[in-house]
Amino acid sequence: MATQILMPALSPTMTEGKLAKWLKAVGDDVKAGDVIAEIETDKATMEVEAVEEGKIAQILIAEGTEGVAVNTPIAVLSADGSVPASPVAAPPVAVAPRPVTQAAAPAQPPAGSTGQEDRDWGPTKPTTVREALRDAMALEMRRDADVFLLGEEVAQYQGAYKISQGLLDEFGAKRVIDTPITEHGFTGMAVGAALNGLKPIVEFMTFNFAMQAMDHIINSAAKTLYMSGGQMGCPIVFRGPNGAASRVGAQHSQCYASWYAHVPGLKVVAPWSSADAKGLLRASIRDPNPVVFLENEMLYGQTFDCPVDDDFILPIGKAKIERSGRHVTIVAFSIMVGLALEAAKLLAEQGIEAEVINLRSLRPLDTATIVESVKKTNRLVTVEEGWPFAGIGAEVTMQIVEHAFDWLDAPPVRVHGLDVPLPYAANLEKLALPQPGWVVDAVKKIV
Amino acid sequence: MAQAAEIRKRGKSKEPQVNQPELMGAYRTMLLIRRFEEKAGQLYGMGLIGGFCHLYIGQEAVVTGMQMAAGEGDQVITSYRDHGHMLAAGMDARGVMAELTGRSGGLSKGKGGSMHMFSKERHFFGGHGIVGAQVSLGNGLAFSNAYRGNDRVSFTYFGEGASNQGQVYESFNIAMLLKLPTVFIIENNRYGMGTAVERASASHDLSKNGVPWGIPGLQVDGMDVLAVREAAETAVAHCRAGKGPYLLEVQTYRYRGHSMSDPARYRTREEVQAMRSQHDCIESARHRLEAVGVEESAFKAIDDEVKSIVQEAADFAQTSPEPDPSELWTDILVEG
Repeated sequence: MATQILMPALSPTMTEGKLAKWLKAVGDDVKAGDVIAEIETDKATMEVEAVEEGKIAQILIAEGTEGVAVNTPIAVLSADGSVPASPVAAPPVAVAPRPVTQAAAPAQPPAGSTGQEDRDWGPTKPTTVREALRDAMALEMRRDADVFLLGEEVAQYQGAYKISQGLLDEFGAKRVIDTPITEHGFTGMAVGAALNGLKPIVEFMTFNFAMQAMDHIINSAAKTLYMSGGQMGCPIVFRGPNGAASRVGAQHSQCYASWYAHVPGLKVVAPWSSADAKGLLRASIRDPNPVVFLENEMLYGQTFDCPVDDDFILPIGKAKIERSGRHVTIVAFSIMVGLALEAAKLLAEQGIEAEVINLRSLRPLDTATIVESVKKTNRLVTVEEGWPFAGIGAEVTMQIVEHAFDWLDAPPVRVHGLDVPLPYAANLEKLALPQPGWVVDAVKKIV
Repeated sequence: MAQAAEIRKRGKSKEPQVNQPELMGAYRTMLLIRRFEEKAGQLYGMGLIGGFCHLYIGQEAVVTGMQMAAGEGDQVITSYRDHGHMLAAGMDARGVMAELTGRSGGLSKGKGGSMHMFSKERHFFGGHGIVGAQVSLGNGLAFSNAYRGNDRVSFTYFGEGASNQGQVYESFNIAMLLKLPTVFIIENNRYGMGTAVERASASHDLSKNGVPWGIPGLQVDGMDVLAVREAAETAVAHCRAGKGPYLLEVQTYRYRGHSMSDPARYRTREEVQAMRSQHDCIESARHRLEAVGVEESAFKAIDDEVKSIVQEAADFAQTSPEPDPSELWTDILVEG
């Protein structure tokens, strides 16, 4: 039987090329792997190798011919070198029918709700955010033997910020693991363990250091489920303090909320209160997806009332209205929720009732709650500690433009950290980070 | 060619025992990988496979020999040059080929491509496109074995190019600290894309790259499947005994370019030809089998079987439909 040799595509973008040189002539024997011709593309000269054995029966395209389209027959190969009388069998080039319909994006990105309800959890007690985070980890580690904690200083030192206090004593060195200061390597290891079904909690001493591990958070953790056609999930939590601390300079003071919220395949959570911290961390640990859990060092020591119910848990993807109001909607997350509430108090003294929304979750974003609020107040102010450009405030504003434009009575306003690396000097640092007065001023511009 | 001679010498220090059925099995696996890859190259040439396509031709003995020492449940993880590893791990040739053509019958439903395939069932954890990333991840597979207290071992493959990545050394350190059962396998095919190993690595004996951490290592002739198997058995026994990681530098050679679009001008045709004609892993296995009396008809039967598997895979990869547009929005998050 004879087969045609076709002009091959030798790069992802090649559509045609020059048949520069034949290295075999009619009648020559050819083995699989033999170089039979040279082709010039726009990028390089490439060799064409035979994939089957036989004798060259015919050369259909002379050497030196330019612009030979990919898949054009260039030669005929047959067992005995004879030219077949009947039409030559070309290798099958089956092209499956291409669907013509465009895939419509879901109106809302899949929320991947964890199913818990935000209900009344009964009695509370004053709890620091630090205790709430530790309690959440301890409760989940008691509940599920596959959950473990690793990171720098999490075990013997009891946590650089004492979040893991007591966990080594209770769970032992097998489940509370001190790592060397090698974020790239230990994060990749944790992601590998998660791909194989364990449920790691990775503590970053701060999220500034997670930049060393970002390839694993995004390329390995967030994308594998999709790239595996749904076979291989990655149940893992990346947690630690995010954003500005106090007087630690530019490299240790940065908000990564919009960086991670940009990535499909990740969930991004940013708690404010102790209840947020406990309820959302428990949900994050149980979530079958990678969750980036952005804490704030300045909040660790703050005390809030937190439900004492052992089953207390919060849903990821649900915002909370911390204060009701009818004149303006203020959207904030993490430490900025407290700032927004302070501003609301100042505004109330001036007769302006602000509604304050604590986002709790940045991806998925609870757009419905924000839209509903803006439909009532007709005004939007966003507050974040991070930089403005392509930030969370920009995204929230765009969501409102898309979903509630006709209800807006004034252009939305963003309050944010200044667009500079955070300075060290006390006075400059204060000037760079949002203050309650900035929120008051922003509201008064549009109310 | 001094180098080629050197590899040969090391591998031939003592002739390994030939277990005929076992070597026949290895011959079949290597041939399957080669024919599969040749077919993949052909489909690429026809425009049926897009993007990057990194062929394993020449290196077949590495994964085949390693798998001869593997037990059920041992994990495999590698880089983007992954087709051979999947076939050696027992994954369906049709699913691999259909993934290359981006069809719904592919192992990742057409959403992963050549570099991104996985199989929970066959304990194959990818297929990773970022050079060196699989080394940390492979450590994690080993970690999960240690955590669960089983005696499984993680076969973590990477190239000599990746061996210069920082996270490789972070992983060596952690693996030794935690005594993880990771076999680190450097597939040294001498060129990281177009850069010869001597130009990229100040280390001349990559098997010693784990020495500062106390990781034992061996240099292995990767063109000899039995030499690879022997080294693999040493490494796996070490890991299973709870002694921590082991490092193998397996010296091999890829006959094709780094990817399909690599004209491979950084080496001479004579160098490639010498490796193919003098050191080919399939040819040498065949000679060994002939020497112990295996007849032509037995080879013919394997050739025919392999040819039909590959042809069936190629047919399936061309007839399986493209993924439904609705697949765009699935598998982003695990629901519930």
